[in-house]
Amino acid sequence: MLELQNISFSVDNDTGKSEILKDISLTVEDRKFIVITGPNGGGKTTLAKAIMGIVRPTAGRILYNGTDITDKSVSDRAKLGISYGFQQPPRFKGMKVRDLLSIAAGKTLSHDSACAYLTQVGLCARDYLNRDVDASLSGGEVKRIEIATILARQAELMIFDEPEAGIDLWSFARLTETFREIHDRQQATILIISHQERIIRLADEILLVSNGMLTDRGTVDEIYPKIMAQTVRACNLLEVDGTC
Amino acid sequence: MLNDVQKHILSVVADMASTPEGAVNIRVDGKKALRQNSEHITITSKTDKDGIDIRIAPHTHAESVHIPVVLSASGFHDMVYNDFFVGEGADVTIVAGCGIHNCGDCDSEHDGIHTFYVGKNAKVRYIEKHYGEGEGSGKRILNPQTILYLEEGASVTLETSQIRGVDDTKRYTKAECNGKDSEIIIQEKLLTHGEQHAVSEMDILLNGENGRTQVVSRSVAQDGSSQIFYPRVQGNALCFGHVQCDAIIMGHARVRSIPEITCNHVDATLIHEAAIGKIAGEQILKLMTLGLSAEEAEQRILEGFLR
Repeated sequence: MLELQNISFSVDNDTGKSEILKDISLTVEDRKFIVITGPNGGGKTTLAKAIMGIVRPTAGRILYNGTDITDKSVSDRAKLGISYGFQQPPRFKGMKVRDLLSIAAGKTLSHDSACAYLTQVGLCARDYLNRDVDASLSGGEVKRIEIATILARQAELMIFDEPEAGIDLWSFARLTETFREIHDRQQATILIISHQERIIRLADEILLVSNGMLTDRGTVDEIYPKIMAQTVRACNLLEVDGTC
Repeated sequence: MLNDVQKHILSVVADMASTPEGAVNIRVDGKKALRQNSEHITITSKTDKDGIDIRIAPHTHAESVHIPVVLSASGFHDMVYNDFFVGEGADVTIVAGCGIHNCGDCDSEHDGIHTFYVGKNAKVRYIEKHYGEGEGSGKRILNPQTILYLEEGASVTLETSQIRGVDDTKRYTKAECNGKDSEIIIQEKLLTHGEQHAVSEMDILLNGENGRTQVVSRSVAQDGSSQIFYPRVQGNALCFGHVQCDAIIMGHARVRSIPEITCNHVDATLIHEAAIGKIAGEQILKLMTLGLSAEEAEQRILEGFLR
């Protein structure tokens, strides 16, 4: 179980202090499928990074399976079973897709196993296993390989930051199926930052993060209509003001 | 009879746990330690200067040549001239590593001048690893020169790597692609650490019509070491060339990269790219999210980069 207690994160800037996360508390039960959504710049990615340890909260505690991990390093959290798929994954000159998947798995993967992970993200293993994870790959290809590393990691808590970004419609459909399968098999707790209805509709629960706060949470049926109402209203207002 | 130190160096620079098949010439401290010819490859000593001639018969296929050099005597200065005559249509792999074990206070140096005459449609893969070890304060110095002349349709791939432990190196490579459709590919890997210094200079002349070259240089400069790269490509006919120099810089190391391309023909197309920088923090972070420590992540990134 993941527990966030009064998490805040602020940074110093030219105008003083900027609060990115404001006193967020939440609990995520094991094997749940949670989607974090909300407007851009609302603090979603920072919240996910705080869970992985990539940013350190300025206040609050994070507990994972009863252990206080607030002061633990990224590596330590990874070893405890937390994984994180970057929104914009880095590239590595000279490192092959096969190598990256093996690092993720913590062992040398067999050809078949490596293939299986790539297939789940819609990539043909024959074409990709021996390719370098470098600039020769498109943004969408790197993104799908990134997601494959999270699958290979087989962590208990999988965090994905906008997995749909940069991925074509066909691959996105395949990816959505993969998330559904993981959830159906109750393999892991899934925490996804997403704006895609198709992913949102898979969720057990939706967290709405806006302006650094957890502003709402509930089931798809409870939250999704509210989001739609808000976004449609915001759009209409802009049109009326003529500033759209 | 080779001692354990010499055997270890052979395994590092030429992957030789035992005597390989094919033509072999092992040189230890300036002397011939072992020689064997193969069916189509003969090795003979030069009579006018120190070195060997390697003659590869036309259409030789799937035969290899191993000519590793070991320096294990501190203070030894070795200069050797090796000439390769690769017959028309041959397809061979040549392994030519050099390792220095210096446990004394005097500098040990090996200067190898390799000249290749590559016949029509011949294909050569040349693998060269350089390595130094030993606790002495004497330097381990390697100054290789590789000169190549390619006839029509000839193709040479040079895979050179300086693994570690070489205090000073001045590497010079010159390739003349004289024949039509000839091709030279150079994949250079270089690691320096401590206070080591390395210079790599290249001249590639694309003289024949439809000549091609690809130079990929990857280096890592650690601690207080320094490196300089001068790859120069000249297009004198319809040709294509691509030079790519990438360096990772660490500690307070210094790297200079000065690629030069010259087109002397309207149909010559040459490209160069050069990049120097430290390991990106996000790369380390990514591997840490996969369970590696920061040090392990750095090591894996360097291993991949220099593979």
